Order: sequence, then C-alpha cells, then structure tokens
Amino acid sequence: MGSMTDAPNRQNGPVLSKEEMERAYREMLLVRRFEEKAGQLYGMGLIGGFCHLYIGQEAVVAGIGLAMKKGDRSITSYRDHGQMLVAGMTARGVMAELTGRSGGYSHGKGGSMHMFSKEQEFYGGHGIVGAQVALGTGLALTSAYKKDGAISIVYFGEGASNQGQVYESFNLAALHKLPCLYVIENNRYGMGTSIERASASKDLSKNATPWGIPSRKVDGMDVAAVYQAAKEAMEHCRSGKGPFLLEMETYRYRGHSMSDPAKYRQRSEVDEMRQTRDPIESLKAEMIKQGIDESFFKTVDHDVKAVVKDAAEFAETSPEPDASELWTDVLVGE
Amino acid sequence: MASPILMPALSPTMEEGTLARWVKKEGDAVRSGEVIAEIETDKATMEMEAAEDGVLGRILIDEGTEHVAVNTPIAVLLEEGEDASAADGLDLGSKAKPTPKVEKIVPNAAASAPQGPAQRSTAELVEPEWGETADITVREALRDAMAAEMRRDEDVFLLGEEVAQYQGAYKVSQGLLDEFGEKRVMDMPITEHGFTGMAVGAALSGVKPIVEFMTMNFSLQAVDHIINSAAKTRYMSGGQMSCPIVFRGPNGAAARVGAQHSQCFGSWYAHIPGLKVVAPWSAADAKGLLRAAIRDPNPVVVLENEILYGKKFPCPVDEDFVLPIGKAKIEREGKDVTLVAFSIMVGVALEAAEQLAAQGIEAEVINLRSLRPLDTETIIKSVKKTNRIVSVEEGWPVAGIGSEICTIAVEQAFDWLDAPPARVCGLDIPLPYAANLEKLALPKPEWIVEAVRKQLGD
Ligand SMILES: Cc1ncc(C[n+]2csc(CCOP(=O)(O)OP(=O)(O)O)c2C)c(N)n1
Ligand SMILES: [Mg+2]
Repeated sequence: MGSMTDAPNRQNGPVLSKEEMERAYREMLLVRRFEEKAGQLYGMGLIGGFCHLYIGQEAVVAGIGLAMKKGDRSITSYRDHGQMLVAGMTARGVMAELTGRSGGYSHGKGGSMHMFSKEQEFYGGHGIVGAQVALGTGLALTSAYKKDGAISIVYFGEGASNQGQVYESFNLAALHKLPCLYVIENNRYGMGTSIERASASKDLSKNATPWGIPSRKVDGMDVAAVYQAAKEAMEHCRSGKGPFLLEMETYRYRGHSMSDPAKYRQRSEVDEMRQTRDPIESLKAEMIKQGIDESFFKTVDHDVKAVVKDAAEFAETSPEPDASELWTDVLVGE
Repeated sequence: MASPILMPALSPTMEEGTLARWVKKEGDAVRSGEVIAEIETDKATMEMEAAEDGVLGRILIDEGTEHVAVNTPIAVLLEEGEDASAADGLDLGSKAKPTPKVEKIVPNAAASAPQGPAQRSTAELVEPEWGETADITVREALRDAMAAEMRRDEDVFLLGEEVAQYQGAYKVSQGLLDEFGEKRVMDMPITEHGFTGMAVGAALSGVKPIVEFMTMNFSLQAVDHIINSAAKTRYMSGGQMSCPIVFRGPNGAAARVGAQHSQCFGSWYAHIPGLKVVAPWSAADAKGLLRAAIRDPNPVVVLENEILYGKKFPCPVDEDFVLPIGKAKIEREGKDVTLVAFSIMVGVALEAAEQLAAQGIEAEVINLRSLRPLDTETIIKSVKKTNRIVSVEEGWPVAGIGSEICTIAVEQAFDWLDAPPARVCGLDIPLPYAANLEKLALPKPEWIVEAVRKQLGD
C-alpha cells in the first residue's frame, strides 16, 4: 500500500462521535495550557535544562490517544509532555518532574526529557534522537512474544527519521511482523534545520516502503484525520499483519527548546499556521457547527485551567528530592 | 618433489584437532580439491581437501589421533611417478604422537612491555613565550582556531549538525559559513553514525575534516567509527593510511540537562590507542590545542565544555599561536600537594588551591591539557617535589583518568609519596536532573580541600 493523502473520510457522517470530540478537545486544551504554564515556569527559573514544548502538535497525540486501547505501549523523544498527559499520567506528576521535585514521576531524577510510567505503559522520554525507534520496536517485540494483544506506538520527529537505526528497526519489525505503529511527527524542522535541508526523501510516508510497511500521510493538525488513520493503522498492527507507518504533517509553534531564537523561519509562517490550521480552534469550530453548546467550552476551559494551576502549585511546593536519592535506583537490588 | 601435507587450521581460533578419518589411502592418486581426510574440531567435523595434484605417499598421523596441532605434517604428497622413498629427505619431525600443547604463560604484559609514546619524554615540547594577549571567550578561541586553520589549509573543512546556517548549536562556528561557504561548512542531518563514517573515509583518502558533535554524548552514536575506523586504520594498514581528523564538541555536564546529556568521555577516548585526546580549559588552551589537533596527522578528540564556552581568558594574539599536544601546564606553583585536573575541573582545582592557601597549604595545580598522550613527566616531577597527589575529574571514578594518574604516581614516584594518591571524581551515578541533587553529584573545591587535608593527616 502506498501513501495516500489526507482528508478524513467524512462521507459516512462525522468521523468522531460527540463524546470523542469532547474528549479530544479536553485533552488538546490540557496539553496546550500545560505547555504554556511550563514555558512560564521555565522563564521563572523553576524549570532548568532542556524543555521542549509540544504546542501546535496536540492533534497528533489526542487523535492517536482516542484510537489506543488499554495496555498499548508508547514511547517518544524528549518532546514528551503531550504524550504523557494523553497516556493518562497526571499533570501534577509531570509538572513536578519538570521542576525537579520529589513529587515528579522520576522523583526529580529525570527531568523534562526523561519521564516514564510503568502504570500507563509509557516508556519515555528519550534524549538521544532516534533511540526510541529501536526501543519502541522492542516494546512491540514484547507484545509479539507474550501475545498480549498490545501494540506499540513509536513517535519520532522528521529529523530523527534520518537516523540509521530507524531503518534497521523498520526491517526488524517487518521481518518479525511486530505490532508497531511508527508515527513520524513531521513538524518541518529538526532544531534549526528544515526538512528540505535534512532529507533527500521528499515523502517520508514512503520511507518504509522498501520493507513492505504500509503507510499514510495524514493532516496532523486535524484530530479527526489523525484518529481515522490511527484506527485503521492500529487494526492492521493488531491483526498480526506487522508494522504500519503514519506521517503526521504538523507544526510546532514554539522554538525547538526554550533557548531557540528560531531565526530559521519567518514569523509569518508561524502566524499563518496558528490562524488557519490550529488544531484546537479547528475542532472547536467543527463542534460548534455540529451544535455543541458554548457552555461546554466554558466548562472545559475552566476545568483545564484549574488542573494546570493545581499542577503548577504542586510542582512549586513539592520538596526537592532527598540527598539519599542520589544513590538509589542505579541498579536493581542495591 | 615430495612435500608434506600439514594439519590445517579450519577456523581462526583452531589450535589443534582430531584426525578423524583418512578418505584416501597410501598410494591413492589425489586431485587438487579432492577430499583426503576428515578433521574434527571442537566445533565441527570438516573435510580436508588436497591443495595439489599428486599421490598420497606416506600417512604420518593415523586415523583417530587426537590433539594434532595445526601445522603438524600429517602425510606426504608425492609427485606423480615419484617413489615413496622420495619423502625420506623431508624434515617431518618425529612421527610420535603429537603431545598436547602446553599453554605458555605470558608474563604481565603491562609490567614488561615498552610504554610507547604515552611515556616518551615531553621535555622537547617547549611552549615558547607568545607575548601579548587579549581576553577572548573559549567559544571565540575555538572559532578562531578553526578559521585560522581553514585559511591555512584548503583541505580543512567543518561538518556537523547546525554548524552552518544556524551558526552552531552553541554558536562555536559563528561566521564560518559566511567566510568559507557551504562547501567547507557543511550542515549534516541527525545521522551521526553515517556522517562520522563518511568523514573518516574522507580523511583516509586525502582531506582533513573537523567533525562537530552537537555534544559528545552523541558521539556514542558514532563511537564505532571513531574507534574501529579512525583509530585503528593506520595500524591495520601497516602505516599506509593515516586519518587526519578532529572530533570535537562539548563534553561533560552542562546544567541540568539530565543523565543522557551529561557525561565525561575523557577516560573513554583516552583508553584508545590510535587516538589523541585533548581537553582544553582556558581560551588559550582551546585555541592552541584545537589548532594543533587540526594540524595533527592523526585522529584527535577535542573535549570541550559548554559551561566554559562563555568564559573569558587572556589568549595570545600572535597569528602563529599553537600549543603542543601532550604537554601539561602548571597553572599554579606550590610545594605541599599536586592537584591534577583537566577541562572545567582546572578552575575548580584552582579555587581549591585558593582555599588551601588560606589554610597555609600550597597546592601546585597541573592543567593536563592532553589526556592522551599524558604528560607523565610533568606530573611525576611535581609529585617528587610535593610528595602528595590528588587527581580531580568530573567523570566517574571507576577506570577514570584519576585511576591512571594515581597508578602512574605509584609506579613512578612511590618512594616520594607521603600519602596514598587520592581521586576526586563525580559521584558514581547517572547525573540527576534535580537542581539540588545535581549540585551534590559534581566535584566542588571543598571535596578537593577535604582530600588534601586527609592526606595531611587531618
Ligand atoms: C543522537 C542525537 N543527536 C543530536 C541531538 C541533538 N538534538 C536534539 S533534538 C534535535 C532535533 C530533532 O528533530 P526532530 O527529530 O525533527 O524532532 P523535533 O524536535 O522536531 O520534535 C537534535 C539535533 C540529540 N539529542 N541526539
Ligand atoms: Mg521536527
């Protein structure tokens, strides 16, 4: 199967049910507000090191999240806050990890780029570009090995898609028919390098074709399109047919990390994206068109704000980890 | 002419085997490629083929004989028409059962082997007076070093992630694209293993790449090419090929970037024969050592430090300024204890020396500058004067640079030591993100002061 484009098939009525739209809206808004708050806390010096925000890309995790089943595993890069929130990790635990406090998911030992949740089957949070692709293929190997019915969702950037281990992974997953959904989040830039300057491949969705891995190119700013493609891809993986690749065409509004001056693109490019393609605004417009009452949005805005405010307060007041934490968790049993 | 047939080695590691069966009998004609015997090794039974046409003259090792050493004559091959007695003149050793090989015990190689260049005298590496200086940042020093060498030698070029249009992820290559153009300042996709291998291949065949790793952490993606391709090809080619390449980038902890982005590769790369490794501290170190690294016909790893990039130091303005690789610098003289450090830890050691001075203890501070080769001479000379040594590094203690320094002190100045050599290192844990924990995990002047006071018996 080659790559196809885009537009979700709305011929048989809307792709998302009312409940699904409401859930997607709530999750995207939570990610957006959470990230805005993280940006503020970073500015205040409460968060240090690298902090990569997900703002603009929310439809990708929200759409995929809708299609995931309990027990499915996921893994991503350092741009991981959105994935974690959608995986069901708490805003408090994530935010407190960002501030390096004992209430964080890694007790402050991981930070923004390195968070994990065994409970939510979220495997990080990886700082080495491309590493999660081979690791995520391994999550799928576990599923195949244990026949537990789970699939593995592996997120990586278009920049990461050039790494050699990505192609080694494609081969392995295809060879062993692993239930692995590869998701390229093509936000057009890897740090300051645009995709045109980094990839000779002009259509990333075709990058797994030599291994016979089916794929689709998806409008990653449209949560319904993401959901529809993810659902189909996941069915393929779950039915034992092996891996699937989705290329999400998306966009990050903020700099690569907090310290990126972003001189490599025009301000107007960002503004146009925000104004015409914003995933949250688009969904809201669609929902209003379908008659969802304005009061719904008011309530959700209010709830999300409260969750984020609470998370920030928790993250600011949670104590720093005890010095004894230095020596724990290096090896099992010690 | 009669010739012996020898017991073959059927795998790279085979030393002996069992002659399981003779397929041919004495007097049989054999053609090259025909199976003449079956040999059993510990892994498999393999067929042995005749290498030449002829007649199987005499069988020297009977079927079923075990422990036949590789290269033992097992039979004689006669030329067609030759008589079996033609073999009589051959020196075939005794036909007696070959005895199993006795393992030869090799004496401790480290103790008896010549020490090689790492131990060569560094006395001839004099650092001339360079005269007038100007204050510049380490970042500028590195950029100036690359620019100067690129002007001097057309074959030198820079490649790496974000080095060109973005002007360097840490702005070290600022302005280089403008001056030298796209051909000589090349942006790379995030493909460290591939582009490092490509650069090593280019270096082997006639040009002089500088490979910038955005941080040395990412050199792990390419470590195979640094070690197996760059460091070993000179040796493996019997000296035909050399690999004039520089691998550079920020090394060690930055600030709260977590475990995967904070580690020191000093000991990793210093371990490898075939590499040189330098670790500048000041702007002068950075400029002088990087220029030397680019000119060096060998692969050189330059371990920079992100926190130092913005620090200013006086640096010679002389256009020819360069430093020798392999020569340490005494940054502060003292008579009571020798502190040996590299990179950012030189500053920490100097602070410790200040604190010690306030307590009436005069510490000598050695800035190693080069980790391989190591300037053993300067270290030992200092120890013989101060009778105490403390090594300081940000990296982990186990098999670290400090282990090497302490060993050298014990091996070469044992009788001068008044206290066991000591190591101050980063804690033996992945670096934590939390601000308080990170601070607790990295060496501070106080740790050095404490180590020295312990040596003094406090
Ligand atoms: C192996 C490796 N090389 C380089 C880096 C530095 N780095 C961090 S993020 C990044 C860009 C990645 O771009 P992309 O994969 O498109 O993901 P995005 O940041 O756009 O989500 C780079 C080069 C790294 N972390 N790991
Ligand atoms: Mg990207």
